Amino acid sequence: MALTDSQIERYSRHIILKEVGGKGQQKLLASRVLIIGAGGLGAPVALYLAAAGIGTIGIADADNVDLSNLQRQVIHFTPDIGKPKVDSAREKIQAINPDVQVRCYHEWINAANIMGIIGEYDFVVDATDNFAAKFLINDACILAGKPYSHGGILQFVGQTITVLPGESTCYRCIFPTPPPKDAIPTCSQAGVIGVLPGVIGSIQATEAIKFLLGKGELLAGRLLMYDALKMKFRDVAINRNPNCPLCGEHPTITEARDELDLLTVCDLEQ
Amino acid sequence: MSILNLDITKDRCPMTFVKTKLKLEELEPGDTLEILLTAGEPLNNVPRTATEQGYTVLETTLVKENIYKVVIRK
Repeated sequence: MALTDSQIERYSRHIILKEVGGKGQQKLLASRVLIIGAGGLGAPVALYLAAAGIGTIGIADADNVDLSNLQRQVIHFTPDIGKPKVDSAREKIQAINPDVQVRCYHEWINAANIMGIIGEYDFVVDATDNFAAKFLINDACILAGKPYSHGGILQFVGQTITVLPGESTCYRCIFPTPPPKDAIPTCSQAGVIGVLPGVIGSIQATEAIKFLLGKGELLAGRLLMYDALKMKFRDVAINRNPNCPLCGEHPTITEARDELDLLTVCDLEQ
Repeated sequence: MSILNLDITKDRCPMTFVKTKLKLEELEPGDTLEILLTAGEPLNNVPRTATEQGYTVLETTLVKENIYKVVIRK
């Protein structure tokens, strides 16, 4: 399908890029990305992917907008307080770009529903705030062969890596098992500087777009770490782990499962 | 070898190159695109950007006052 005149104008700054062009833009318009989490990380991911003209954006979150979210979750506005985050996000996405079709999942992602949902998408963005979800998303994406971007933030530091199942390092290659419960930050430790998810989420959105275009070098096999206080980026090459319980030579994890004892981050206790 | 035509004399930067780029994408390698554009910014920039992106500018000729024809090969 040819681009309309208004699409040519809207995406003009993409079209003139050698790496995008009209054909690349049409690829983006035909692409489907799932964002799990409509919070700090999900906000910039959703806003930028919407602006970029990703044709279908799925967004999953069971939570409602809370006043304490607004310091960093820039897709939600003060009048949205109390509204499901997925509905608030959909309104902003559609206001930015009516080309985008939004699918909302007003539920927590769990072992029972994740395989069915990710199957509908080309790329998944982990924009969650807890270890249970991060391990579940990693496991499901590896098992389904679905490329995804991991992102995590805490206080002034963030990290992100892109996972290409069967090709590059997965989250469990780096962290075979979830951290012990007492190593997980408690509510009183889980502060975060508001701009931090903007940096990490923007990188995750960039990775999604590059993957969909098939251009550039992905952040695969390299964990990128950002320290906002020191204003330093560092990336560490990490090879696949042959002993990875998920994607190693003798996998012990063969289906998605919930890590129920990890649901300890504040937002999940509500 | 086919030849496509494009008139961007009424467009301004960056739509001049946006339209050029979209037309160039329709071409097969070896095909040429004949573009009508105005002197000044379009004449300065469109051939230069096309060259940067790997296309070949074959000729630039004055057609009439202030209007040039630029031929680009993919």
